[in-house]
Amino acid sequence: MAVFEKITLSKAINESLRASMEADPKVLVMGEDVGKLGGVFRVTDGLQKDFGEERVIDTPLAESGIVGTAIGMALRGYRPVVEIQFDGFVFPAYDQIVTQLAKMHARALGKVKVPVVIRIPYGGGIGAVEHHSESPEALFAHVAGLKCVSPSNASDAYWMMRQAIESDDPVIYFEPKRRYHDKGRLDTEAIPDPLHKARVAQTGTDLTLAAYGPMVKVCLDAAKVAAEEGKSVEVLDLRTISPIDFDAVQASVERTRRLVIVHEAPVFLGTGSEIAARITERCFYHLEAPVLRVGGFHAPYPPSRLEDEYLPGLDRVLDAVDRALAY
Amino acid sequence: MTVESTAARKTTRGGGKRATAKKASPAKKKAVAPAPAEAEQDQLVQLLTPEGERVEHPEYSIDLSAEELRGLYRDMVLTRRFDAEATTLQRQGELGLWASLLGQEAAQIGSGRALRDDDYVFPTYREHGVAWCRGVDPTNLLGMFRGVNNGGWDPNSNNFHLYTIVIGSQTLHATGYAMGVQKDGADSAVIAYFGDGASSQGDVAESFTFSAVYNAPVVFFCQNNQWAISEPTEKQTRVPLYQRARGYGFPGVRVDGNDVLACLAVTKAALERARSGEGPTLVEAFTYRMGAHTTSDDPSRYRRDEEREAWEAKDPILRLRTYLLNEGFADQAYLDSVEEESEALGKRVREVVRAMPDPDNMAIFENIYADGHALVDEERAQFAAYQASFVDAEEN
Repeated sequence: MAVFEKITLSKAINESLRASMEADPKVLVMGEDVGKLGGVFRVTDGLQKDFGEERVIDTPLAESGIVGTAIGMALRGYRPVVEIQFDGFVFPAYDQIVTQLAKMHARALGKVKVPVVIRIPYGGGIGAVEHHSESPEALFAHVAGLKCVSPSNASDAYWMMRQAIESDDPVIYFEPKRRYHDKGRLDTEAIPDPLHKARVAQTGTDLTLAAYGPMVKVCLDAAKVAAEEGKSVEVLDLRTISPIDFDAVQASVERTRRLVIVHEAPVFLGTGSEIAARITERCFYHLEAPVLRVGGFHAPYPPSRLEDEYLPGLDRVLDAVDRALAY
Repeated sequence: MTVESTAARKTTRGGGKRATAKKASPAKKKAVAPAPAEAEQDQLVQLLTPEGERVEHPEYSIDLSAEELRGLYRDMVLTRRFDAEATTLQRQGELGLWASLLGQEAAQIGSGRALRDDDYVFPTYREHGVAWCRGVDPTNLLGMFRGVNNGGWDPNSNNFHLYTIVIGSQTLHATGYAMGVQKDGADSAVIAYFGDGASSQGDVAESFTFSAVYNAPVVFFCQNNQWAISEPTEKQTRVPLYQRARGYGFPGVRVDGNDVLACLAVTKAALERARSGEGPTLVEAFTYRMGAHTTSDDPSRYRRDEEREAWEAKDPILRLRTYLLNEGFADQAYLDSVEEESEALGKRVREVVRAMPDPDNMAIFENIYADGHALVDEERAQFAAYQASFVDAEEN
C-alpha cells in the first residue's frame, strides 16, 4: 500500500522502520522492550515478529550500554536505530552520545562513520509522572557532530525517519509523544522534502510562528484563532533542530517582519534563543518587533496537574502574537 | 598508612614461585574466605618467572619457536624504546602530553601477538605496544599527543580503533562490535583494553552485562597496573578484579602481566573461546605502571620508591632476555642488533615528530559530519572570510 489516508504518527514511524529494514539488511532496531512488547508506545510493534530477534533486539536496561553497543555495531557496518524509552532516561547515555558518538567521525579524520539513529519520545501533555515529559533537544543540538530532528505529522515522521536512517551521521530523532495518535495522510511513494529543511505549514503575512514537533499543532490552532481576529499568521514547521533551516526562517520573517518561536523546552538558552539571535542578525532592518519566545520555564518539569500551565498553549501563544503585533 | 600496607602486600604477591599451584587449594574450604593476597597468588597464571625460568601451568601452555620468542623480545624492546622517545619528546616540548606504558610491555605484546589480523582491538590511550603489534606506525600515535589531531589513523586499516580517552567507553564499543561480528557469522574476536581504574566505570559494568547476555565474542583485557593516577586498586575494588567476571556469568583469569608468555597463552585461549561461541572472558593482567600516569603526573606524591623497586625485579624484558640467553634461543649479537634497531626507531620517531606540521586552520571545520551541516558551512565561510580580511589588509 502506497497511500495511507489516515495513519497515526506512531504507526507511520513503525512503517518507516519496517521499510528501512526491508530496504537494508544492516538496519537494526534496539532498545528496552522494543521486541516482544513492541515498545511501551508500540512504535516497534510487530517488527521482531517479522524481522527476528537478531534485528529487533531487546536490550538490558542500561541506556549507556544501548548507545555504546550501537556505536560498536555501527563501526562494524550496521545501522542501529536505538530507542530511549523516555526523554528523561537518556542521560545515562549522554556521555556515550556526546563524547563518543558525536566526535568519532572527526576523531577518525572522516575515516569511520557512525550512522546511529537515537529515537527519543519527548515532551509533555500526557499526564505522566516525573522524567516522562521532558524536552532535552537543546542539550543535543548544542553538540557538534549530532543532528537533531523532530517531526510534527505522520508523513514527516515516516520520511524523516527513513532519511535519518539513511544518513551517515548520528541523528537524534525526537518523537512528539503526545502526537503519537494524531492521524494524517502518508504517501510512501511521494518525493519527500530534504531532511534538514523547514516547511511553511500555513502561509500568512503579519507574523511568523516557528515551531517543531508537538508545538506545530498548537501554532496552527493559534493561527486559526488569529485569523478570526483578522491577523494573518504564518506557521513555519522547522522540522530540524540541528541544523536549523535559518534560510527558511529568514525568508519568512522578511515577508512578515515579526517572529515568535514556540517550544515546550525551557526558553532559557533554548532553540528559540538561538533562532532569535540569528534572525536578529540576519533580519535587523526587516524586524518590526523583537523576536519573542514562548516555552517552558526555568523550572523542573512540573507535576502533571500543573503541566497545562507550564506548557505553551493556545492562549500563551496568542498572547505573544498580540505582544509582537503591538510594536 | 594505606600506602605502606599496600607496598608491603605487593612485594609479597605475584612473585611467581606459586605459578604451578593448583587452583583448588585447601584454603578455599575454610568457612572464612581466604585473605585476598592468598587467593590472588593462587590464581596468577605464570609461564616465565621473574628470574627467567620457564614453568608450566596446568591449564595454559605455550610452545614457541626460538624465532617467535626472539620476536616477542624485539617487540618489547622496540616498544619500550619508542615509549622512552615519546617521553623525551614531551620533555622537549614536541608533545603536549605522553602516557607511558613503561612496565606494561609484556601485557601488551603478549595479548597483541595473540590476535589474528581479522580480530579487532579497542584500546585505551596507553596501548602503544598493542598498536605496534597491529602494525600501526608508532608515529601515528603521536599526533594526538602533539595536538595536531584527535586520533588520526584509519581504524580499519589495522583493525585497531582510535585511542579512547574517556575511561571505559570503548568497552561498550568493543561489545557492540563483537555483537556485529556475531551477526555476520564471522569467527573473528574482539578485544577491549582497559585498566583497574576503568573497572569502576558504569560502562565497563554494562559491557560485561551486554556481552554476557548476548554471548558476544569479546575479550576484556584489564591491565591492572595498580594505580589509577594516584589511587591504588584498593580504592576501586574489594575483590580481585578478575573475580568480577563470575558475577556476570563468564570466566575471569588473572595472569602475570609482566610475563609475555603467560599473557600470550591466556589471551589466545580467551580469544579461542570467543571464536568458538563460548562468549566473553575477563583477563586481568597483573602488572605495574613503572612511570607516572602521564608526563603531567608526579607519583612521588602518592607512592613510595620501594614499591617501584620491587616491581623492577619483575621486569618483563629482563626476564625474557635471561630466558633467551640461558636457553640459547638468542645470543648477544642478536640482542645488540635489536638495540641498534631500537635506536634507529627512536631516531625516526624523533625526526617525524619534529617535522609534523600543524594542521591548516580550516581543519577545525573538517569531518564534523559525513553528510555536511548548514551551520558548519556557514561558520567555515565566515571564518575563511575573516582570515582573508587580514591578508587583504596586508596586501593593501
